[in-house]
Amino acid sequence: MSEAATGWAGAPAESIWSGPEKKAARRSRSPVTGESDLLKAVLIGVTVVFLSLFLILPLAIVFTEAFSKGVAAYWGALISPDARSAIGLTLTVAAIAVPANIMFGLAAAWAIAKFHFPGKSFLITLIDLPFSVSPVVAGLMFVLLFGAHGLLGPWLKAHDLEIIFAVPGIVLATIFVTFPFVARELIALMEDQGTGDEETALSLGASGFSTFMRVTLPNIKWALLYGVLLCNARAMGEFGAVSVVSGHIRGKTNTMPLHVEILYNEYNTAAAFAVASLLALLALITLVLKTLLETRFNDALPGKARGH
Amino acid sequence: MQIRAQDIVKSFPGARRAALEGVSLNVGSGELVALLGPSGGGKTTLLRIIAGLDLPDSGKVFFGDEDASEKSVQDRRVGFVFQNYALFKHLTVEDNVGFGLDVRNRAQRPPKAEIRRRAHELLDLVQLSGLEKRRPSQLSGGQRQRVALARALAVEPRVLLLDEPFGALDAKVRRELRSWLRELHTRTGHTTIFVTHDQDEALELADRVAVLNGGHIEQIGTPDEIYDHPATAFVHEFIGESSAISAQLREGEVFLGDHRLDLPKANRLATSNNGEGRLFVRPQDILIGEEGPGALQAEVLSVRRSGPTRRAEIALPYDRSSVEVDAPASVALQPGAFVPVRFLRGAFFLKADAAGAAVHARG
Ligand SMILES: Nc1ncnc2c1ncn2[C@@H]1O[C@H](COP(=O)(O)OP(=O)(O)O)[C@@H](O)[C@H]1O
Ligand SMILES: [Mg+2]
Repeated sequence: MSEAATGWAGAPAESIWSGPEKKAARRSRSPVTGESDLLKAVLIGVTVVFLSLFLILPLAIVFTEAFSKGVAAYWGALISPDARSAIGLTLTVAAIAVPANIMFGLAAAWAIAKFHFPGKSFLITLIDLPFSVSPVVAGLMFVLLFGAHGLLGPWLKAHDLEIIFAVPGIVLATIFVTFPFVARELIALMEDQGTGDEETALSLGASGFSTFMRVTLPNIKWALLYGVLLCNARAMGEFGAVSVVSGHIRGKTNTMPLHVEILYNEYNTAAAFAVASLLALLALITLVLKTLLETRFNDALPGKARGH
Repeated sequence: MQIRAQDIVKSFPGARRAALEGVSLNVGSGELVALLGPSGGGKTTLLRIIAGLDLPDSGKVFFGDEDASEKSVQDRRVGFVFQNYALFKHLTVEDNVGFGLDVRNRAQRPPKAEIRRRAHELLDLVQLSGLEKRRPSQLSGGQRQRVALARALAVEPRVLLLDEPFGALDAKVRRELRSWLRELHTRTGHTTIFVTHDQDEALELADRVAVLNGGHIEQIGTPDEIYDHPATAFVHEFIGESSAISAQLREGEVFLGDHRLDLPKANRLATSNNGEGRLFVRPQDILIGEEGPGALQAEVLSVRRSGPTRRAEIALPYDRSSVEVDAPASVALQPGAFVPVRFLRGAFFLKADAAGAAVHARG
């Protein structure tokens, strides 16, 4: 549409070749910076030591502690009624928060990337808000809004609705702190891609819905998956905001992270680490999948793509 | 299908001036019309409004006798090819081409095998047989362009709208595709509007050319009319080569200072149109090295080879404005020397209204 689109002119026609070219370009860059081998070794060494000390070691400790009283105790900690209820609640919360944020992320990204309207940049800033607000503050916000003495508290009480110190509050707080993940990932990509494909589909007679299903979704699916992965990891691992609104009622409003804290405070270290090991496992799986997505579908993720 | 755009006005929010300020365009059934003009002239905007991808602020679009203004892009059945092709990356070439048939509702959708047959037929038409299973990323720019065209043709569009179809290709491929497109048009007979900023492309390919500048149409005509009889100073400057010389019009005669140029009298306008203006002359319309009526003594500034002829740059007396001239090999030209020059043809445009008084002096 705009003349900027002629930027395509520069794109090489045969992108099958772009892979090896890119790699060659990357390799040839290191001589340009001209660092000595010693400096290189030192920098790599520092990074490795730092990572081991602050990431790998703690992770290893989580698993060692978890199994410190044997496999039976580990298993026992995981299948205790409280733990099971915490795991169930965490899964439930994620099962609600993640789809909600997929819907929200898609809608927001669509609006922002494909339409022009006043206040757009403000909206983008707003989407990032949860990242800049401390989760505890976010939790308090909901308490002030829905708590017994909060703004809507009396009304909720009159209608026999429980939000704070109940599952709905936990879900709300989780949605709040995780909502930028999907939206951000999609906005960047969809702005990059523009509206050309969609307009083409429409001009070929496709309805709005089939345009979305057959053109937009395939274009964004890997970025969407990437965002969902991060969103899910955070939804299951969120502590601060959830801690404020949950009320820590055992077997009822305890999520996995809260359960870990309670066990730990009761000096039940092995059980605490057993449950924590599940969260650590989730983190590891997320990391592996994330890396897989990044290497395999680099071009389909925003910002990481070079040409387009 | 005849296409008519009527008094199209369109401004974008925040823009200083309208992108289209009352544009009308008639395209006859089966005609190939080029929208030519500088970047930002409103070509893409007009094309998108005809397609239904954008709505005009006012004005109407007719497809045949039917008012299409209120119809959605889906219902207009146009074949739109975007500047950047917009091929669906996740689909094979054949699925790209078949897309328009495959998304039809169940009642109108041909069976899968039929869609594939149609796609192969069209790929054959655009000379891409054998590439059916490729992905767009495995095609060259020219091939992608042709896939986009085949995809647009698949829905049996009532009009083909091409936005800078060859804009992103290198010069050689452009020229090849140009004659190929002309051939295809002759064969399929689709009413076609294509946008370009390349005048050679427009003049060579189109039945008629509409020159679009600053949101309005400067001139619509056959390539010959546009080239030989530019209606405005802008068109004269934009199309082909020409030099602009400051001159005066007095009693229907063009003067350079107090020198009457003695241009032939054909097509002269009313003598009441006197005043300052610019005379446009093409390099081949100047006779150099020969005395005659209206001849001027001009200084040769430089001579260089330009294809089959030589191109001289000369400075005219009075204001030393520089003019490009095609010089035959028989005329000896030394930089610094003075030679007689005569203008055989020119077009004069009064400064006051650039689109107004034109003197088309014919030789
Ligand atoms: N989506 C848009 N938003 C704002 N201004 C636009 C938009 N599209 C085009 N314009 C403006 O309208 C004018 C005509 O643009 P365009 O039709 O793209 O010109 P062309 O295709 O002839 O280069 C330009 O000044 C351009 O900046
Ligand atoms: Mg354009």
